[in-house]
Amino acid sequence: MNVDRWRLEDLYADYARLLDDGPLEAWPGLFVEQCLYLAIPRDNFDAGLPLATLRCESRGMLADRVKAVQETIMFEPRYLRHHITQIRPTERDDGGLDVTAHYTVVEVLHDELPRILSVGRYLDVVVEDDDGALRFAEKRVVYDSVLVPNTIVYPL
Amino acid sequence: MRQCEDWGTDSITEAPFWVYTDPDVFDREMARIFCGRSWSYVGLEAELPDRGDYLVTRIGNRSVIVTRDQDGEIRGFLNRCAHRGVKLCRHARGNSRMFVCPYHQWSYDARGRLKGVPFIKGVKQLGGMPEDFRREDYDLPELAIARRGGVIFASFAPDMPALEDYLGDTNTAYFDRVFDGRGLRVLGYSRQLIPGNWKLMFENIKDPYHASLLHVFLVTFGLFRADQKSQVRMDESGGHALLISQRGEQKASEDTKDMRNLRVDFTLEDARLLDPVKEFPDDATVVMQTVWPNLIVQQQSNTLALRQIQPRHPGAFELHWTFFGFDDDDEAMTTRRLRQANLMSAAGLVSADDSEVIKLAQDGIAEGDGRSLMLMGGRGTGDETHMVTEVALRAFYKHYRAVMEL
Ligand SMILES: [Fe+2]
Repeated sequence: MNVDRWRLEDLYADYARLLDDGPLEAWPGLFVEQCLYLAIPRDNFDAGLPLATLRCESRGMLADRVKAVQETIMFEPRYLRHHITQIRPTERDDGGLDVTAHYTVVEVLHDELPRILSVGRYLDVVVEDDDGALRFAEKRVVYDSVLVPNTIVYPL
Repeated sequence: MRQCEDWGTDSITEAPFWVYTDPDVFDREMARIFCGRSWSYVGLEAELPDRGDYLVTRIGNRSVIVTRDQDGEIRGFLNRCAHRGVKLCRHARGNSRMFVCPYHQWSYDARGRLKGVPFIKGVKQLGGMPEDFRREDYDLPELAIARRGGVIFASFAPDMPALEDYLGDTNTAYFDRVFDGRGLRVLGYSRQLIPGNWKLMFENIKDPYHASLLHVFLVTFGLFRADQKSQVRMDESGGHALLISQRGEQKASEDTKDMRNLRVDFTLEDARLLDPVKEFPDDATVVMQTVWPNLIVQQQSNTLALRQIQPRHPGAFELHWTFFGFDDDDEAMTTRRLRQANLMSAAGLVSADDSEVIKLAQDGIAEGDGRSLMLMGGRGTGDETHMVTEVALRAFYKHYRAVMEL
């Protein structure tokens, strides 16, 4: 697959925009139907332990997480801001791209100063889907900030 | 420190807000509860398979090292150099025969016994420790160790009763229900720093009343709901408790009319998220056990976890989750456990409600003048066969006040 860096940049910009500004229900559309999304504490990842704190094995499970955030989880209202940098694609033999990137998510609770909710890296597989759009086939969010400041509500 | 009189002698139906905020109360809790006569959960044998393996954890706010020594025995001691108080071991886990302080390289063995002090006799007859310095006076406090079903408990008290006597018959039986002797397989960890007093976490897991109201997921999918067959059982002391229940259906009834969060029309796009299978011999599908003073054993459907409470200061504690399965789990079961962990973790669809509500509770409590009320289900502390009760919280405070002499 020819790597068009701008198209890739747009994918990550859309990812951040949909999570931070919405509409959140459009966010699963950045993934292929049979995708894998994992948010893994870095110590688990380094030790080869499989436990992820968020684990979605399909676009449907991503949609279920979105619905839970919107309708079922009780949480203090908050704003998030994703900052994604050092996006680095490498071509895979199967035509897709391995993409690594660094990220920081800043969280702002209504009555508190901004703080870093999560910092880490993305280990992604990006493919060109049937309709020609770039989508995530896999996203592993490996977070260094293993001691989570209270709760992860929105996807990282 | 505030006195009993401010609380109301023997009151266990309310707790004044200062027990959640006062630094003196916190110091007394560390001394009397965590460093006193209690068995604290510190880890799993599966985390220390080889001789020399160690892990660093906390009992209360004290950092401790737990290790498997060269004879294969589990040992534990305070992770704090006797010289200048420096944290001896700065890795979360590893393998080592000796523990050497990075500052002046005092070295300790697997039982915390001081083995080496560099320049103890000085250099060229200059310096060195005084004649009357006796190395053995500076051994680190060693922990008593108890093991059951692969789970390791430790105590600063040297003369603790056996773990099964400490837990009592009922709590031992339910503990053994999960830790039945099969090899445990650690699936991973999740950690949260929750901005609330540590007791709020215990109260939360001892409180079945909230579960039918706060948690949309539990209520809607019948994972834990007041109209289902359930029990609340305590040990004699009141420190430990069990919330036991059976899964029900996604169905409204006369009994569910106060549950505004029961959503009969709510469906999952991918039902694999909630695909529980029966795996224990009895009919219970959820057992939440609280073991005084720092452990929650979680069996909710097929997600199994030990949640360790590590108080940091009056207004915050770490909740340290260890997720596990069994050596004989097949791949489908492991995947099922990993999927169901979506409900319970630092990002749990259910447990997020709890960590968020604990923060909101501490926010209210920190305003100062007030008390927390625990009157649901009466004033007693005996076992119950329903969920509409705060009985386990009252039992907890009965024990708490006795241990704290407060
Ligand atoms: Fe809860």
